[in-house]
Amino acid sequence: VAIAREAEPVGSLSEVRQAGLDREDLLTVYRNLLVTRGVEERGHILYRQGKIPGSFYTGRGNEAASVGVATAMGPDDVGTPLHRDMGVHIVRGVEPWRIFAQYMGRSDGPTKGRDGNVHMADSRLGLIAMVSHLPAMLPVATGCALAFRIRGERRVAVGWFGEGASARGDAHESMTLAGTRRLPVVFVCDNNQWAYSTPTHLEYATEHVADRAEAYGFEGVVVDGTDVLAVYREAKRALERAREGGGPTLLECLTLRMEGHAVHDDAFYVPKPLFEEWAKNDPIERFRTWLRENADLDDDQEDEIAADVKKLLNESLRRAEESPLPEPADLHEGVYASPEDLDTPHHK
Amino acid sequence: VAEKTYLQAISDGLREEMRRDQRVFVIGEDVGVYGGAFKVTLGFQEEFGPWRVIDAPLAESAIIGACTGASIMGMRPVAEMQFADFISCGWDQLVTVAAKQRWRAGTPVPITVRLPSGGGFSGGPFHSQNPESSFAHIPGLKCVCPATPEDAKGLLASAIQDPSPVLYFEHKHLYRRIKGEVPDERITVPLGKARIHQEGGDLTVVTWAAMVYTAEEAAKELAGDDVSVEILDLRSIVPWDKQAVLESVRKTSKVLVLHEDTRTGGFGAEIAATIAEEAFEDLDAPVKRIAAPDTPVPFSPPLEKAFIPQVADVAAGLRELAEY
Repeated sequence: VAIAREAEPVGSLSEVRQAGLDREDLLTVYRNLLVTRGVEERGHILYRQGKIPGSFYTGRGNEAASVGVATAMGPDDVGTPLHRDMGVHIVRGVEPWRIFAQYMGRSDGPTKGRDGNVHMADSRLGLIAMVSHLPAMLPVATGCALAFRIRGERRVAVGWFGEGASARGDAHESMTLAGTRRLPVVFVCDNNQWAYSTPTHLEYATEHVADRAEAYGFEGVVVDGTDVLAVYREAKRALERAREGGGPTLLECLTLRMEGHAVHDDAFYVPKPLFEEWAKNDPIERFRTWLRENADLDDDQEDEIAADVKKLLNESLRRAEESPLPEPADLHEGVYASPEDLDTPHHK
Repeated sequence: VAEKTYLQAISDGLREEMRRDQRVFVIGEDVGVYGGAFKVTLGFQEEFGPWRVIDAPLAESAIIGACTGASIMGMRPVAEMQFADFISCGWDQLVTVAAKQRWRAGTPVPITVRLPSGGGFSGGPFHSQNPESSFAHIPGLKCVCPATPEDAKGLLASAIQDPSPVLYFEHKHLYRRIKGEVPDERITVPLGKARIHQEGGDLTVVTWAAMVYTAEEAAKELAGDDVSVEILDLRSIVPWDKQAVLESVRKTSKVLVLHEDTRTGGFGAEIAATIAEEAFEDLDAPVKRIAAPDTPVPFSPPLEKAFIPQVADVAAGLRELAEY
C-alpha cells in the first residue's frame, strides 16, 4: 500500500509558468539536459580511448531528475549530488571542461586528480563532494540545514541518495534528526530500480521509498523522474516548504538506470523489456516533444541549441586535454587544513 | 588562577569558546536538559539556548555528519560522544567524510568531537576504551589527549578553533580525581607541543592522558634508588612532538613508551619505531613498551586491574630499564 503522494505529470505551459519557469527558463532546462547527457557521452568515449583511469559512471536516464531538482534550488541553497546527478553540477554552473579534467585525473578537475569520476564538487557553487559510502552525504546535508536553522537563514540543503542506499543507517539517522528538528532539508531519492545488480524488492519492502517519510514526520512524494517539469514542480514545493519552516520532504524520483552500474557492467540482469519500456520515456526526448507541442520549439531553435551544446563540449574536451597531470610532489599538501583554507564564502 | 578539576576545566573551556564565538555549538545525546552524562555541559542550555546546545537523537553518525555539514556552512560544531566507545557508530562520518574532505575536495571540516575515554571504574568492554590509535592512523584527523586541567582547557580551545577535524579524548578517570591551577582567562595550548611533566636525567617515559599520573607514581618509587625519571606528556598524538621525544631520548638514552590503549598497533608502536629509526645510536637499552594487553577491556575489578597498566607494572619496567 502506497503512503506517499504520487505526483501528477505537468501539463500546460501556463501550469509551468505558475511553477516559476518562463519560456527562456525552459530552453535553459533543455540545454542543461543536453549538456548533462553530452558530458557523460563524451566521457564514455574518453573512457574507451583509455584516457580515463579507474572506472566510469553515468546517470543516463536520471538527467531530468537531477536537472529538475537543481533548477528549483535557490542560489544560496546547497546540495550533495551523487554519481547519477551530473545535471546538478551543470545547472549550478560547473564548467564541463573541469568535469572532463576530473574524469581524466588532471590538475584542473575540482579535486585536482585526488579523487575520480563524479566524486567532485565546487563549494563556491554550493555543492559538497560525495563519497562512495552511500548515503553518507545525507547526514552532511542535514548538518548544512542545521546551520541554516541555527542562524535563522532562509536557505535549504538538498541531500541525494539512491534507493539502494536507503537501506543504510545514515538515511534513517539523518531523517530522524531532520524530522525531529524540522530542518530545512529536502531528501531526494534517485530511485533507478537497481542497486548495482539488486532489484528494488530486495532493497526495501514498502511500495515506495518515499512511504517511509511519514514515519519520520514529514511528507513523501513520488514523482516520475523522467518528467523534468514534474520533478521541478515537486522540488520547488519541497524547497519552499523547507524555506518557510515546514521541515523536510522526501522526494523520490522514479527512473530506470539505462546503463550498467558502471562502464564495466553490461546490466545483463535487467530484463530487456524493462529497458525497452523505459526507453520510450527518455527524459530528454520527452521534454523535447513537450517543448515542441507546448512552447513553440521549432527545428531552427532546436538545431541552434544542439549546435551550441556541441561546440561547448568540443571546446571543453580540448581545454581539458590541455590540463596538466597533477604533480606527485603535491600529494602531501592539504591533508590538514590551514586557517587560510577557511577564508571561503561558506566558512566565514 | 583557581584550583579546578579536569572536568570543570573542560566545561569552562567550552563555555568560554561558546561565549566568544557565536559559530560554536554543542550537539550530542543528553547534552542539553541533562547537561551531559558527565555534566560537562551542565547549565549550558540555560545560557545558550536549545539551538546551540542540541539534544540529538541516539544517532552518532547523524551527529558527526551534521557537524561536518554545519562546519562547511561556517559553524564550529562540538559533538559529544556520550562515551568514546560509541565513536564506532560514527566511524564512517569521521573517517570517510570529515577526514578526507579538505585533501580531496578543498573543503575544510573544522569540527571537534569530544570523546570521554579510558577505564579504571569498571565500565567494562564498551565504556572504557581508548580508541585514539585507530584514528591516529587516519590521515586528516587530529587526536588530542590532555592530562592536566590547564591543558584540558587550553587544548579544547585550540581544538575548536583548529581548521581540521579534531578528536578530543578526555579521560574519564581524570574528570574529578585530578585538580590543578587553571587561569581564569582564555588560554590556548598548541597542538603537537609536548609538556615535560617532570624532569629527569636517567630514564624517559613517553606517555599521555591518565598514564602521566601512573608514570609519576612509579617514578616516585624509583626516587629512593636514586634513579631520576623524565616524564614527557605528549598532549596530542596527531600531531605528536617528535622533536621533544628525540631530545629527551638523547638526554637519558633509555625510554619507556606507556599507554592505556592495547599494545598491538597502539600509538606507542609508532613512537618506538620512530625512536629506533632516528635515535638508535643514542640508545643504551631497547625501547620498552608498557600498554594494556591485547584483550577487550574487562569489567570485574581484579581483571580490570590486570588490564590497565598499574603503578607497580610501570615501576618494574623502569627498574628493568635502569638496570639494563
